[in-house]
Amino acid sequence: MAGETRRWTDQVVEEWIGNLLRAGVTLSAAVVLFGTGVYLVRHGHELPHYHAFVGTPQDLRNVSGIWRNVLAFKGRGLIQLGLLLLIATPVARVAFSVVAFVLERDRLYVVVTLIVLAILSYSLTGGRL
Amino acid sequence: MNITEFSLLVWVASLLAGFVGSLTGLGGGIIITPVLTLALGVDIRYAIGASLVSVIATSSGAAAAYVREGFSNIRIGMFLEIATTLGALGGALLATRIPTTAISIIFGLALIYSAYASSRPRRGRQGDCRADSLATRLKMQGVFPTPDGPRGYCPQAIPAGFSMMFGAGVLSGLLGIGSGAVKVIAMDQAMGLPFKVSTTTSNFMIGVTAAASAGVYLSRGYIDPGLAAPVMLGVVAGSLVGARVLAQAKTKWLRLVFGVVIAVLAIEMIYHGLTGRL
Repeated sequence: MAGETRRWTDQVVEEWIGNLLRAGVTLSAAVVLFGTGVYLVRHGHELPHYHAFVGTPQDLRNVSGIWRNVLAFKGRGLIQLGLLLLIATPVARVAFSVVAFVLERDRLYVVVTLIVLAILSYSLTGGRL
Repeated sequence: MNITEFSLLVWVASLLAGFVGSLTGLGGGIIITPVLTLALGVDIRYAIGASLVSVIATSSGAAAAYVREGFSNIRIGMFLEIATTLGALGGALLATRIPTTAISIIFGLALIYSAYASSRPRRGRQGDCRADSLATRLKMQGVFPTPDGPRGYCPQAIPAGFSMMFGAGVLSGLLGIGSGAVKVIAMDQAMGLPFKVSTTTSNFMIGVTAAASAGVYLSRGYIDPGLAAPVMLGVVAGSLVGARVLAQAKTKWLRLVFGVVIAVLAIEMIYHGLTGRL
């Protein structure tokens, strides 16, 4: 660890990660709040349906479906987009750590972090066994 | 009651849950699920989906403040996240296969255990620091700030801590909670880390652990936007207020009152699970 890489100490990395996390949460909360407004204006007078479980509609369960709902300016689609951003925040944190460990030339932890990232990716693609 | 009124009610309940979760150190997720199911009649699968989302938000939001203090150990956290994410994935898949009555009973037990664990006196080990060979190979030694300057610590019993973290992950994925209490115990009791290092590293790990079950929850239709939105916004706001109050007020009697409330919620969850009324 010499020269350029010296700047990438754990402390610097952690501060970056902290800022990344806060930005992700703030952005996601703003999108969710906006989506909630749209949803309530259009459907606020209807009756809630959470007593019996039927599951969210299929098109609100995956990225492409959610994106179609966002483009159609649907409130529930916008909320799901905000929640996707929220879920992506810790994933981005792990991805960022991979880069940071590469810059620190810490091969062991590049591998450790890639394993965590692989498990997260598997879950986010549906986790089908 | 229409959706607007219901959303407002859920938001207020989540605000309170976030506040109590922050003050007691239990986290808002483990409190909002019993409130949603018992008081508002929400199906437990929707409740844990919404709760899990709020867990990611509070963990990630608080992490920004924690990392600056320099307590959390990123290597220990990352290594143990292999165990928590694998456990969370397994727990989430398990949640889609076992009956909701069983989930309710396990939830009640986890709630009692978490409340008990977080009310015990802190006793992170101090003093003699024998280097553990596995911890050394994994570069886990660290220093943390104290009033008398930086102090070193040596993690012990890595396999035991790793196994407990797997269990914490399963609970997190099964119940849609952060399971911070189990994570902290794995680090400060099993691995002998200083208490403050354990709590901040645990908080750091909770968001990543929860993200590992979120994909499964989303694809199975557990995350309903209409419910998750007020829960997330409420719990985050409540946690922020709770953190402020925690920094100023004497909270001993508050914790006692909330402890009773939590015990009642836990018993109700178990009772409802046993009688199949969920």
